[in-house]
Amino acid sequence: MGSQNVKLLSFLLSPIGHRVEWALKLKGVDYEYIEEDIFNKSNLLLKLNPVHKKVPVLVHNQKPIAESLIILEYIDQTWKQYPLLSQHPYQRALARFWGTVADKIAKTSWVAMCCSGDEQENNVKEAREVMDKIEEEIKGKKFFGGDNIGYLDLAFGWIPYWLPVWEEVGSMQIVDPLRHSAISAWITNFLTHPVIKDSLPPRDKMLVYSHRRKAEFSSTPRG
Amino acid sequence: MAKEYGEVQLFGVGGSPYARRVRIALEMKGVQYTYFEEDLRNKSDLLLKYNPVHKKVPVLVHNGKPLAESLVILEYIDDTWGNHPILPQQPYDRALAQFWSRFIDDKCLPAITKAAFTANKEERDNSAEESLEALQFLENELKHKFFGGETIGLVDIAAGFIAFWLPAIEEAVGLKLLSCEKFPKLHKWGQEFTNHPVVKENLPPRDKLVGFFKARYASITASK
Repeated sequence: MGSQNVKLLSFLLSPIGHRVEWALKLKGVDYEYIEEDIFNKSNLLLKLNPVHKKVPVLVHNQKPIAESLIILEYIDQTWKQYPLLSQHPYQRALARFWGTVADKIAKTSWVAMCCSGDEQENNVKEAREVMDKIEEEIKGKKFFGGDNIGYLDLAFGWIPYWLPVWEEVGSMQIVDPLRHSAISAWITNFLTHPVIKDSLPPRDKMLVYSHRRKAEFSSTPRG
Repeated sequence: MAKEYGEVQLFGVGGSPYARRVRIALEMKGVQYTYFEEDLRNKSDLLLKYNPVHKKVPVLVHNGKPLAESLVILEYIDDTWGNHPILPQQPYDRALAQFWSRFIDDKCLPAITKAAFTANKEERDNSAEESLEALQFLENELKHKFFGGETIGLVDIAAGFIAFWLPAIEEAVGLKLLSCEKFPKLHKWGQEFTNHPVVKENLPPRDKLVGFFKARYASITASK
């Protein structure tokens, strides 16, 4: 129905872009994928997302939508199969709240990877404290969405696959398998899901990219 | 009457734009609620219990179930009480409303705050530049009386900071960002918004706000 005119502008290594790809794949929506070189932003990106100039951008029937969690909600409302969010207002609100936490902690973990010394330690501490809360949220559940992957699993989708790379590059630990056993079990469930496991970027490229960004971060003067 | 809504409690601080957003939405929909003023230097046990992740206000508690993050709370209110909708029904228009309200919180407000309350002049100037760019995006986006059309919507409520808090900041620190020459539509919108019957009743006293910002500015510039 709507699948004829769906385009996704994204970056292969982006965990945020992958949220959108996973959502489209889970719902069986056909789309055209357009790779963006984020080091050399295209005119198309600047036209589709003039405000933030960032990927991912979903274009449906020529109308662009930016911000991955907003895109997920749009996808969920437009293609009703495989619902990602609960119909219940409170559950939806909780998912949205934890979605904002997922974004915040992804950024904290990324910054922790990029910096060092006390600054890294503070960021790691903050991320770990939130991981403890996330552990409570996932206890006793196969996925955050219940029996199936949902909005919040996608929002946290950077944890199973990107975070270990960041931990390696940053020589740090944020998820502790002993302390975060429920998260660790969820990680396995997530990575072995048929749609997810076939939609992950190459790890070696992720390592190279992360090292590059870490080096740039250290060399950029910050105020 | 109260049975329709269940028990609704709101924890906030009087001067904060975020708690005011929630109050505006509840009052627009005629929802009865109890308001609790928090002392942020001495957070109540209830607040720590209801928002263990961020320990911040506002927090809405509906029939014992807590929610934090003002934009999340606004959407919940809209999902729960259907009268006077603040979000559009159409998925694309909804997505735009969510986009612009996030833009206000993630880009606008931080830039404006930094433009006013940073000791370093170069940083202040850079943030002022960023603020003007952000305001320009909003100016371009405003096509009707309100962002929500003929009535107030999510984006208007989120942008309340620009209508009321920003002018107070400007007065307190001697900054000029929202000029009517540069942003005629936004300037006019600000007046319409603050004169809206529900909003009018839900703004903190201006002189107190200016005083608060003056004190904040003084403490930042003194610690150079």
